[in-house]
Amino acid sequence: MAEDNRNFQLEIITPDRVFYKGMASMVEFTSVDGEMGVYKHHIPLTTVLAPGIVSITGPDGKKEAAVHAGFVQILGEKVTFLAEIAEWPDEIDVSRAQAAKARAEERLRSHSAEVDVARAEIALKKALVRIGMKH
Amino acid sequence: MASMRDIKRRKSSIQSTQQITKAMKLVSTVKLQKAKNRAEQSNPYFNYMYQTVTSMLARSGNMAHPYLKAGDSRKKAIITIASNRGLAGGYNSNIVKLVTDSGIPKEDARIYIIGRKARESLERKGYEVKEDYSDVIEGPTYEDASAICKKVLDDFTKGEIGEIYLVYTHFKNTVSHIPTMMKLLPVEFEEAELKEADSNVLMNYEPNEEEALNLIIPKYMTSLFYGALVEAVASENGARMQAMDSATSNAEEIISDLTLKYNRARQGSITQELTEIIAGAEAIS
Repeated sequence: MAEDNRNFQLEIITPDRVFYKGMASMVEFTSVDGEMGVYKHHIPLTTVLAPGIVSITGPDGKKEAAVHAGFVQILGEKVTFLAEIAEWPDEIDVSRAQAAKARAEERLRSHSAEVDVARAEIALKKALVRIGMKH
Repeated sequence: MASMRDIKRRKSSIQSTQQITKAMKLVSTVKLQKAKNRAEQSNPYFNYMYQTVTSMLARSGNMAHPYLKAGDSRKKAIITIASNRGLAGGYNSNIVKLVTDSGIPKEDARIYIIGRKARESLERKGYEVKEDYSDVIEGPTYEDASAICKKVLDDFTKGEIGEIYLVYTHFKNTVSHIPTMMKLLPVEFEEAELKEADSNVLMNYEPNEEEALNLIIPKYMTSLFYGALVEAVASENGARMQAMDSATSNAEEIISDLTLKYNRARQGSITQELTEIIAGAEAIS
């Protein structure tokens, strides 16, 4: 019974689908302020996501997914991720991520006026998260 | 009575039209299924987004944030979603009508258009079309929606426009599509809705409330806009399916009418021939 009580509802929703819906005992993710772990009865909190890996500890083991951009609403019994992009490891195309990484690094190095540094940095982060998931 | 040949020609022309409308109906039925699935799959996201933002604002209603009050400019942006193709019944004209009847004077309206058909008629009516994103409607993606929203938001923060509206066709179900106009910015909610959202829980924000709003409101806008795009595609195909369905059944009606006329004409000509032969034979004997 104690085991059951530690679980809370977790939903990860993207514009295209309901990515994950189920019970979990812990979820870890990266917010703009740094990494966070959430158990049941966390204080109510809304925070903004940074590109990173979300790891879900549920009744049937640990799962990982790459989540980019969005926000999380944490209520005591329920955690809802509203993510723009979410991918399971087997959905990631590593060669594409490598190419994106190279492109973003190139743009950051060039230092020219047209380069949107913030955007390139986000692209680089996304690529790194995707590559990181595969290793 | 029209000659047999005329009737026959008209009948075959209507038959080929019917074949086209039938094929178009089948095509839009398939497309509708796909678009409907997409709309249904993305629905939870928008519902949550709406709920979250409503409850956020319910708890922090009186915040002075640029996204929560109208800009100084009198100009109003209208993001209009229609279609690139016609033959969809009143689909495009309903959207155009909604824009012209919206009470926003032509001079103050700046149209961000999606859909060439609506662009043509709005330009003819003298509206200023600022940007054209018509290609997006062929296969809307979240990235497209996000890029367009960013552009419109930029214009808002620069003070070029004071308010942002969205005009699209709401897909209620397969047979009913409702042209809808909603206000995107400044974000406004009905008092009643705000009360409904449970405001008992004290919500914390990280980094802080204002920054969270800064990031979340554009996302909220993008998601509403993307939802509108997906629904508009479904509505377009639904409208076309209905239009083509009624065209096919009208053609059916005309064909059966013409078949009757044709048979009558045929019988008439046979009767006439017979009378002539009999009259001729009697004259000889």
